[in-house]
Parts: sequence; C-alpha cells; structure tokens
Amino acid sequence: MAWEREFALHVPSSTENLAMIRDFVKSIGTQSGMGDLEVAGLELAVDEACANVMEHAYAEDTSKEVKIRAMVDHDALQIEVIDTGKGFDPAMVEQLKLEDMVAAKRKGGLGMRLMKSFMDEVHYEVQPGVKNELKMVKKLHKATP
Amino acid sequence: MANPFSIHKSTENGLSVLGLEGYLDAHTAPEFEKTVQGEFEAGRTRMVVECSRLTYISSAGLGVFMSFIDEIRAAGGDIKICGLAPKVFQVFDILGFSALFDIVPDVPAAVQRFQEAPVKET
Repeated sequence: MAWEREFALHVPSSTENLAMIRDFVKSIGTQSGMGDLEVAGLELAVDEACANVMEHAYAEDTSKEVKIRAMVDHDALQIEVIDTGKGFDPAMVEQLKLEDMVAAKRKGGLGMRLMKSFMDEVHYEVQPGVKNELKMVKKLHKATP
Repeated sequence: MANPFSIHKSTENGLSVLGLEGYLDAHTAPEFEKTVQGEFEAGRTRMVVECSRLTYISSAGLGVFMSFIDEIRAAGGDIKICGLAPKVFQVFDILGFSALFDIVPDVPAAVQRFQEAPVKET
C-alpha cells in the first residue's frame, strides 16, 4: 500500500526521549486533522509502545535505537515501532482485572490496554533479536465537505 | 532543559497535598513514586494529588497510584485526585480509575471528600 506521506524518527533507547517521540507523533496527528483528545490518545499509545521497547525489549540499554515510522493517507494514520531487542509475545500479557492488579500491587500491565483503547488496530510481528515490529492504525474521521 | 516534571508539596487541613507539574511518563514516574513512598513511610497517608498543572500521564504514572493505594487504604488513608485536565482525565477514566479513586474538581473539594469519606467507598 502506498501512503501519501511518510515520516521517521530514530532515537536512542532512553526514556528521556519519550517526550521527543510524543512531540513527533503529536505534530503528525495534528497535521492529519485529528482532534485534541484523539491526538492525546495517539501520543499515549506510541509512548506506551516505545516505553515497552526501552524498558523490556532493550532492558534500558541506551546504545540501542528505537525506530518510529508514521505513514498517513486520507483516511488512516499508521505508526510502526521497530526494535531488534528480545521482543515479547503479546498473547502472554496477563489480562487481569484492575482490582486484581491493585491487590497484587502491580505497577505495569496497563500499557497494552491503553494502546488498544486509543488505536483502531494493534498488531505485533515478533522475531526476537532480529526485528520486532508493532503496527498501530488510527482511522481518520475527517469532516465531509 | 527545564525540569520536565516537578512535585510541589504542601499541607492543607492536615492533608498532604502533592501538586504535580509537567509530564508524568516512564522517565519521570520514579520521582513521583519516591515522593508517595516518602509520604507513606512518614505516616502521611491522607494525600491529595493536585493535577491542574499536569500536562500528560502514561501508564507508568498511573502505575504509581495503582501500586500504593491498597497499602495506603489499609493504613486508614487515601489518595484523592483533583484538577485533571480533560485529556489527562480520559486516561484515568478509560482504565476504570474513576471507579477506583475519588476524583474531584479541586483541593477544597478533596478536603471535603476526606471529611465525608476518608477512604473511598467502593
């Protein structure tokens, strides 16, 4: 599929770069005509994906690089987050109730819920140590002229 | 670069008020966690987290609320959250945190909520 516009950002794997990543996707979301709350959801979904890579796939190794690609056409925005770390199987993420997570004093486990809440599609292609790719799609609902 | 996140601590009617400013993400959440841990260990378990200057929160920030609330309530305290901007509130709400926490408009409302229900009734 050919996209009308493509953008890319490569950053060292450090959580201090999450703000830069959010600014990058915020600009693209705004330019694509998304509303403020939708843009906020997009920023959050991409932040969660990248934080997962930095903290888990790369285990906070700042010599590694996280790649973010954004592709836009008239009715959809697709984000790809790419790493070469150890990856994980999203099917293995426990789907606990919030109350159970509180009882277990869990700090993590909410990121995937947020990605799925704010994006229309979330897919993983995992080849640990080779290439892991998370694709997320947000449909654009532009006003009909 | 300016500090992207800061916490302003104060006291209001015997409650510990933590005013959050900036963004709360995986990079800055450890500072918030340390502060909540410090308040808890000092016995200040009645906390108001004031968020009117909080511009962003991710699951790392939400995880701090989630990981402490049981212990804080078991000690007779609570965390009341106030001043959430709409785009920050939508994150709390979508995960069901609005059922788990008292979320009120401002600090006076949080003070009143502590008087009415020291621990959230669920």
